[in-house]
Amino acid sequence: MNRYPLWKYIVILFALLIGGLYSLPNFFGEAPAVQVSSAKPTIKVDLATQSRVEKILTDDNISNTGIFFESTGSVGSIKIRFNNTDIQLRARDLLQQKLNIDQNEPNFTVALNLLSNTPSWLNALNALPMPLGLDLRGGVYFLLQVDMKGAVQKKVTSLATDIRSQLRDKSIRQQGIERGQDSITLTFGSTEDAEKARTVLMTSQPDLIWQVKPTGLSPKLVGEFKPTALKEIQDNAVKQNIVTLNKRVNELAVKEPVIQQQGAERIVVQLPGVQDTARAKDIIGRTATLESRLADPIVSTIAIGETPPPGMDVFRFGETRQGVFKKSVIFSGDRITDASAGFDQNQRPAVNISLDAAGGRVMQEVTRENIGKPMGMILFEKGKGEVLTIATIQGEFGSKFQITGQPTTESANDLALLLRAGSLAAPMEIIEERTIGPSLGAENIEKGFKSLIMGFAAISIFMIAYYLLFGTFSVVALAVNLLLLISVLSMLQATLTLPGIAAMALALGMAIDSNVLINERIREELRNGAAPQTAIAVGFDKAWATILDSNVTTLIAGLALLAFGSGPIKGFAVVHCLGILTSMFSAVFFSRGLVNLWYGRGKKVQKLAIGQVWRSQEK
Amino acid sequence: MEFFRIKKDIPFMRHALALNAVSLITFFAAVFFLWQNGLHLSIEFTGGTVMEVSYPQTAPLDSIRSKVEKLGYADTQIQNFGSSRDVMIRLPLQKDAEGKIISSADQSAAVMQVLEPATSGVKLQRVEFVGPQVGRELAIDGLMALLFVIIGIVVYLSFRFEWKFAVAGIIANLHDIVIILGFFAFFQWEFSLSVLAAVLAVLGYSVNESVVIFDRIRENFRKYRKMNTREIIDNAITSTISRTVITHGSTEMMVLAMLIFGGPTLFYFALALTIGILFGIYSSVFVAAALAMWLGVTREDLVKGDKKPDDVARNDDPNFGAQV
Repeated sequence: MNRYPLWKYIVILFALLIGGLYSLPNFFGEAPAVQVSSAKPTIKVDLATQSRVEKILTDDNISNTGIFFESTGSVGSIKIRFNNTDIQLRARDLLQQKLNIDQNEPNFTVALNLLSNTPSWLNALNALPMPLGLDLRGGVYFLLQVDMKGAVQKKVTSLATDIRSQLRDKSIRQQGIERGQDSITLTFGSTEDAEKARTVLMTSQPDLIWQVKPTGLSPKLVGEFKPTALKEIQDNAVKQNIVTLNKRVNELAVKEPVIQQQGAERIVVQLPGVQDTARAKDIIGRTATLESRLADPIVSTIAIGETPPPGMDVFRFGETRQGVFKKSVIFSGDRITDASAGFDQNQRPAVNISLDAAGGRVMQEVTRENIGKPMGMILFEKGKGEVLTIATIQGEFGSKFQITGQPTTESANDLALLLRAGSLAAPMEIIEERTIGPSLGAENIEKGFKSLIMGFAAISIFMIAYYLLFGTFSVVALAVNLLLLISVLSMLQATLTLPGIAAMALALGMAIDSNVLINERIREELRNGAAPQTAIAVGFDKAWATILDSNVTTLIAGLALLAFGSGPIKGFAVVHCLGILTSMFSAVFFSRGLVNLWYGRGKKVQKLAIGQVWRSQEK
Repeated sequence: MEFFRIKKDIPFMRHALALNAVSLITFFAAVFFLWQNGLHLSIEFTGGTVMEVSYPQTAPLDSIRSKVEKLGYADTQIQNFGSSRDVMIRLPLQKDAEGKIISSADQSAAVMQVLEPATSGVKLQRVEFVGPQVGRELAIDGLMALLFVIIGIVVYLSFRFEWKFAVAGIIANLHDIVIILGFFAFFQWEFSLSVLAAVLAVLGYSVNESVVIFDRIRENFRKYRKMNTREIIDNAITSTISRTVITHGSTEMMVLAMLIFGGPTLFYFALALTIGILFGIYSSVFVAAALAMWLGVTREDLVKGDKKPDDVARNDDPNFGAQV
């Protein structure tokens, strides 16, 4: 009765094989590596770059243990693995020097990285190690909330500028444009004008619903966003912010950054292994938008506390002054395609700016009409504007122009970076942030695994001492459980976190319950006088119902955590739930297999090595 | 080895009244401390900033405290964390003059700026900032998860057994949870998301303890027709007590390993599990079964129409299956 058909053994062997294979990559550890990626959108990292890298390294007799080319979408990167960190640093410096002709404007970013030591045949099977969470390897995590009202408001502002010039082109006179929360109101001198404008705007601005409201002498034309348009604005705002964040992260040359949307209006940014967390925070956390506006031609700056002229906006400019600006925006930061620091013809620091076609057209129009007048760049952070620069328009120019007046090359560089990093479609706010130093991460791994191993050892010693051979079977089953759990997590490429390790430990601590149940049942059957073989069969059968019950209740709690948990709790819940499932296989199916293999073959079993079975004298 | 050499069924239920009085008192004490002290919620729920700073030598807590206070942050908490060289600084959400929340990047930078000149080698190990809306969401999600677990377990138990068992089981285990929370309130230990996870995991875990006992009670109702409910419950508990203690002991070994070796991050997680596991044994054995008894569980509730006469004969014979 205690025999498994052959197929069951095959299933067990197969599971062990797969489990072993897919958990294997986790044990190889990581080796120092160098990652080469593109620093500019125009430069591509491809196989040609790879052979260039290979040549540079062999020319200098730097040996590597593998060169890998990876591409996600259209972005490629090359990773080179080395034996130790000395070679890694040498290779990094060499590549940085040889790959980039102009050191000030590098074409490639060459960053230090870690690469799994997994042999390539395992990689070919798609067997990869579990990625480590930020709490285990250090890094920065941000949760950013996109301000949707701000996104709509920005759209309204840019539409107002468009509408103004459209009406001017059609020579329709309007008496004022008023910007609402998510609507635009135009005032006209006559109903005919309003109707004419409506016909024009109906086709040119289909995102809005236009309605004429005849209010006495000055009829109004009100445009309101369609709900679908509003949703699109919000979706695009999140998408554009992600693009902008990507640009900013590239400035940091971080390896394997994660930037993704979470929910409708949130963005997660994870920068693993970042050492200089302050700088990362500074650049990511800069929730800025950029606008270019004309300054007041009469007094472009006033002292703080002075009242601004009517109809003008004031923003802080340096420590003591305020810049006075017109309300309409010439272009916003998303029109900037490139910005770099350089020098003007007098060798003074300057910033060269390129705009896209639409931005260039507006710029040309504005500069033509305003030669000799001041204009400025304003950076908006958390709703507050700060003037970056005010400069005088020297001539009519289009999509390429220069801003001078920076005191130092460094400040020109900073301004260029700010301009280049682009503006966000909508303001963002950091609503959650975690920064973990790399040494703390390493400590967390060590402590997590130490407790797992110690707990496992304690349970093993006890089980073997108490249940002898059956205890040994239970311990082997528990080890198999751990193996399967690790392999399933690796297959899913679930990120391993400290709560995940804790869940693994807890899963093992709870999984042993099934084996205790089985062993106790077998003892009880023996105590009641059953024959050894019967005791095994009945013990397993009776324990099964209870095991199922208890796992279901634990699973209910696990699923609740999975459904309502976020961040660290989700990591815990995933491991917890999977641990319960793998324990059903290992503790029942697998350990029965072991018992069957041991006792099922022998024809007559006199005694089971399950520890002492004490019988009451009464029975 | 055999730890449990029990000759006769232990009359647990004879002491049910006294035992339940004990748990009632513990329960009310826990409720009292929860009401009196409240939970010391981590910033994950309240919003705010936590910084972990490591010093090359023993950290001068008093001077850190006075320096941080000079920054004008109200309600800061500064304490050692793990070792005397590690300091944890908790800053609640701070608002600037315009009532806007100051981001943690600015806060932690400001704190480090005053700490760094005083001692060289001060390192910022970890910063965690949670905005107010995230904190509220996490608190609501936590309550939702608890509700989900309770409903899920009640539904499962009533489907599997009978409503009296479901009610008894859930009351017994909720009483564990209130007691864990009571401990956290009394000692003002920090209640974080991972502690919440531990509490929910323990709820699922100790319910299965009740399930094992209920299972045995049902089996006994079928087997021993002559015993009354009280004797049946006594027998069920006695025959499962060895398994109960060994299982919980094994799980507790793992949890103790986390408590000892897991470092400060896992400490409260493991502590909540420890309390939960200890009270889980107690409540499943004494509270759940006793409640079921008082709710009036009868043989008819569990055994429906499957009377087999020779089953009765066989099971009533204590010598059945004995080998001579």
